[in-house]
Amino acid sequence: MRTLASILVVMLIIILVLSPSSAWAFGADEALQDPGLEARALTIHDELRCPVCQGQAISDSNAELARDLRRIVRERIAAGDSDGAVFDYLTDRYGDFILLRPPVKPTNYVLWFGPAAVFVVGTAGLIIFITRRRKQRRDILPTPLTYEEQQELKKIRRDDPS
Amino acid sequence: MNKENTDGRNDVAYENANNRRNWFPYILIPIAFIIIAGILAWQLLTGTPDKIPSALIDKPVPQFALPPIPGWEKGLTNKDIEEGGISLVNVFASWCGPCRVEHPLLMEISEENSIPIWGLNYKDQKEDSRKWLSEFGNPYKQIGWDITGRVGINWGVYGVPETFVIDDRGRIIYKHIGLLSPKDWKEKIVPLINSLSN
Amino acid sequence: MIAEIGHLSLIIALSLSLIQGTLPLIGAWKVNVPLMSMSRSAAAGQFIFISLALACLMYCYVTSDFSVKNVFENSHSAKPLIYKFTAVWGNHEGSMVLWVWILAFYGIAIAGLGTNLPPSLRARVLAIQGLIGMGFLVFLIATSNPFLRLDPAPLNGRDLNPLLQDPGLAFHPPLLYFGYVGLSVAFSFAVAALIEGKIDPAWARWVRPWTLLSWSALTAGIILGSWWAYYELGWGGFWFWDPVENASFMPWLMATALLHSAIVAEKRDALKNWTVLLAILGFSLSLMGTFLVRSGMLTSVHSFAADPARGVFILGFLIIVIGGALSLYAWRAPNMKASGRFRPISREGALVINNLLLVTGCASVLIGTLYPLVLDAISGTKVSVGPPFFESSFVWIMAPLILLAAAGPLMSWKRADVLGVGQRLIVAFGIAALTAILLVALKGGPWGAILGLTIATWLIAGVATEFSERIKLFRVSFLSSLQRAKFLPRSALGMSFAHAGLAILIAGAVGATNWQIENVQVMKIGESVSVAGYDFTLSNVTTSDGPNYTRQRGEVLIKKGGKIVDTLYPEKRKYWVQGTDTTEAAIRTTWLADIYVAIGDPSPGGGLAVRIYYNPLVPWIWLGALIMVIGGIISLTDRKYRIGAPKRSTQQSISDPIESHSNQ
Repeated sequence: MRTLASILVVMLIIILVLSPSSAWAFGADEALQDPGLEARALTIHDELRCPVCQGQAISDSNAELARDLRRIVRERIAAGDSDGAVFDYLTDRYGDFILLRPPVKPTNYVLWFGPAAVFVVGTAGLIIFITRRRKQRRDILPTPLTYEEQQELKKIRRDDPS
Repeated sequence: MNKENTDGRNDVAYENANNRRNWFPYILIPIAFIIIAGILAWQLLTGTPDKIPSALIDKPVPQFALPPIPGWEKGLTNKDIEEGGISLVNVFASWCGPCRVEHPLLMEISEENSIPIWGLNYKDQKEDSRKWLSEFGNPYKQIGWDITGRVGINWGVYGVPETFVIDDRGRIIYKHIGLLSPKDWKEKIVPLINSLSN
Repeated sequence: MIAEIGHLSLIIALSLSLIQGTLPLIGAWKVNVPLMSMSRSAAAGQFIFISLALACLMYCYVTSDFSVKNVFENSHSAKPLIYKFTAVWGNHEGSMVLWVWILAFYGIAIAGLGTNLPPSLRARVLAIQGLIGMGFLVFLIATSNPFLRLDPAPLNGRDLNPLLQDPGLAFHPPLLYFGYVGLSVAFSFAVAALIEGKIDPAWARWVRPWTLLSWSALTAGIILGSWWAYYELGWGGFWFWDPVENASFMPWLMATALLHSAIVAEKRDALKNWTVLLAILGFSLSLMGTFLVRSGMLTSVHSFAADPARGVFILGFLIIVIGGALSLYAWRAPNMKASGRFRPISREGALVINNLLLVTGCASVLIGTLYPLVLDAISGTKVSVGPPFFESSFVWIMAPLILLAAAGPLMSWKRADVLGVGQRLIVAFGIAALTAILLVALKGGPWGAILGLTIATWLIAGVATEFSERIKLFRVSFLSSLQRAKFLPRSALGMSFAHAGLAILIAGAVGATNWQIENVQVMKIGESVSVAGYDFTLSNVTTSDGPNYTRQRGEVLIKKGGKIVDTLYPEKRKYWVQGTDTTEAAIRTTWLADIYVAIGDPSPGGGLAVRIYYNPLVPWIWLGALIMVIGGIISLTDRKYRIGAPKRSTQQSISDPIESHSNQ
C-alpha cells in the first residue's frame, strides 16, 4: 500500500511539474496593439517564473499555465496597471516564488548584499594582510641608520675601500 | 633611506616571525563550509522542492462566480463557500489521473457528511466532467465550472488536484498540493478541522 | 557476459584505487621508494580497468543489449548508432563511469608525464587522485551501477530523451568532465603540497599546465552546452542562469582565478597559500555541482533523475573531501614559508584584484544558486532567483575586471608605472570611446549594452596594444616584427588569444541579449512577413519520417530587396518511443548575425505558428569562446612545460613585460 502511494505521488509530481507533452510546441500569443504596452508586457514576462516549469520564465515556456499568465499580464497592462501593480497581482496569488528577481526585503538581504559583503571582506582581508606584513617587516628590520651613523659609515668606507 | 629590500640576512628572522601567523582566519574557512553543508543536508533530507506554498493562507476566499457544469443547476460563488462553514474546496479535472485516485476518499468524506466539499472543475470540456462524475460519483455539494482556468489562477492553482481547507469565516487555512491520500487526510487535515471547530 | 566483465573491472579498479590511495602516502612519509612508485602502476592499472568497464558498457549499448537495465532505460534499437554511443553518458550511471574514467585518465597522465616531479610529491598527488577515485567508485558500484541486469530482458528499450539525440549534446559531457574532473589534479597537487609542507615556484609551474588543460576543456564544454541550448530550445536563448549551468560556471571562474594566481606563485613566489586555497575551492565547486545535479534538490531542466540515497552519499563524500582538505589547509597553511613581496601597484597587484573580482563574481553566482535552498531549509519560504538577479550582480562585478584586463599585461612585476601604462593605452581608449559614440548614434541604447560593447572594445584594443608592443610593430621592420611574433613565448601568445577571445565573446553576448529582434505569428502557406530588413515567406510545409521520428518540415524563403537570399528548413519532430516533441530551428549564420527560424503548432484557424529571430553578434559568442580555447591550448604548448625542472632565467627574456619607453 505504501509503495502504491509513493508511486502515485511520483506520478502526481510528474504530472504536476512537467508541462503537458506538447512542451516544445508553441503557438503564437495575441500581442497587444500598442507597441509600448507590448514592450512592457514582454519585459514583465521575462521577470516572472512559470510555476510548473523547471525554472523557466513564462516568456520561455510553452506550458498552458505560462500562456495563461502571459495573457493575464497583457490584460492587466491594457487595463492600465503599472508594472508594480502587475507584479503585485501575481504575487498575491502565487507568492514571491513567481518573481525571478527576489524582492529586496530583510529576508533577502543576504542574497542582494552577499556579493558586496564578500568583496568588502576580501578587500579588508587584503589590507589587513598587507599592513600586518609591513608591520612585521618593520619590527624585524634594523632601524635605519641615523645621520651620524651614516657619516661614520662613509668615513670607514673611504678609509678602507676593501 | 631605508629601501624595502630585505633579500639576504633578514629573511631568516622574517620567516621565523611569520611562521606563527595568525591561524584564526584560516579556521573560519572549513567552519563556514561545514555550516553550509549542514544546511544543504537538512534541505536534502526534509525539503520539498516542487511544492510552492500558498500565498492565500489566512486570507479570505477570492471573489468569484462560476457557472454550473452544463446541464446542471447550481454553479459556485465565493458567497456559497463563506456561508458554508468549515469546508473543503477541491480542484479537479477529468483529465487528471491523481484526481481519479483520490476520488474514493472524497466520496467517503462526502458520505460521512461531516464537512461539505466544494468542487472547482479546472479546464474541463463540458461533456468530460459530467461523464466522469456520473461514472465515478459526485462528492461535491456544488461545482463551479472553470473552463478558462482564470478562477483557478485567482486561487493560486498551478496543478491538479489541489485541496483547500476553509474555516467558518470564509478564510483559506490550508492548501494541500497534489493527491489527497488517506494518510494525509487523517494526519494533516482532520486534526486541522478539529482545531477549527473548537 | 560483457556486462559482468564490466562490473568486475569496476571492482578491480576500486581495489587498485584503494592501493593507490594509501600505500604511496605511507611511502612518501617513510621515504620508501617501492611504495611510492606503486602509485604509478596502480594509476595505470586503474585506467586500464576503468577503460575496460567503459568499453563493456559501450558494447552493451551498441549491441542494444536490453537485458542491461541501463541500456533498457536509455536506448532503443531504432536509435542512430552515434546516439547509442553517446547515450552511454546521457544518463546518471553511465556518466559516472565517464567521470571516473577521466579521473583515471588524469591519474595515468600524471604518472606518465610527471617524471620530473619529486617522487614524494608525485606519490602524494597520485594518492589523492586515488582516494577521490575510490570514493566515486564506491558511489558508482553501490548506488549507480550501470551493469545491473533485468530479468526477463525486455524486447526493446525506452529510448534516449530526444533532446539528447543531438551531436552538440553528445560531446558536451565529455568535454565538460575533462574540465570539471581535471580540476581534481590541481586539488591533488594542493593537498599534496599541504602534506609536504612546502609550496615552491616549481609547484606552481607543475600545477599550471593541468589547470590550463581543464580550463580549456571546461570552456569548450560550457560553450558547447550553450550553443546546443541556442539552436535546440527554439527561442534563441543561450544562457539561463539555471542552477546546473551555474554549477559548471563556478568551477570555471575559480579555474580562471587559479590560472592567474599560479602565474604570481610561479614567477614571483607570492600568493602561494592563496593559490593552494583556490585549487581546493575549484574542485570543491566541481564536486558541489555534481551533488546539486544528481541529488534531486534542484528543479532544473538539466538535472538527472533524483534519488535521495545518491544525494546523501555524494553529500557525505563532499563533506569528507572538501571538509578534510579545508581543515588540512587551516592547519598547515599558516605555517607555510612566507611569500615574496610586491607593491600594490604592480602586475601582481593587478592579478590580486583579478582574483578578488573573480572570487566575488563566483560568490555572487554561488549565493544566487544556493540561496533558495538555504532559505527553504531555514524558514520554509520559497523564492526564485533567476536571470534578473544574476544580471544585476554578476555582470557588474565583471565589468571592472574586463577594464583591468587590458591594462594588466602592460604592467610590470614588482612595481608598475601606472601613468606610463595609461599613456600606452591612449589609442585603445580612443577606439573604445569612438565605439561608444558610434553605438549611441546608431542604436541609441540601452546604455548598459553600449557600455558592455565599449568595455569589450577597450579590452581587445588593449590586447592589440600589448601584442604590437611585444613584437615592436611599426618600430622595426615588418619582417622583424613577424619574426618576433613567431618566437613569442607561447604562454604570452596564449594570453593574448584568450583575452581577445573573451572580448569577442562579451561583445557577442551583449549584442545577442540586447538587440534581438523577435517576431512570432501565425503564417499560412504563401504568406510573408518582414523582420529586420528581410522578407520571410512560408512557402511549403511537408511531413515525412526520420529514423525514429516523424517530422513536419517548413520551407521558409528569405528575401532581401526582392532577391532570394536563402531558404531555411525548420522542423518539428515527434519521436515515436517517448512521444515527445523537439524543435529543430533553422539558422542562417553570417559573421555579424544569425537569422533564426522555428515552427510551432498549427493554429486552429489554419496556418502555422512561426518564430523568426534576428540575433545580432551571436556568432561572436561561439567564435570568441573558440579563440579562448585556442589560447589555452597554445599556452599549453609552451616550451617550459616540455623541458624538465624549471630553469631560472638570468637575463631579461621576451616573456617579461615591456618596460615603458617613456621611463629613463
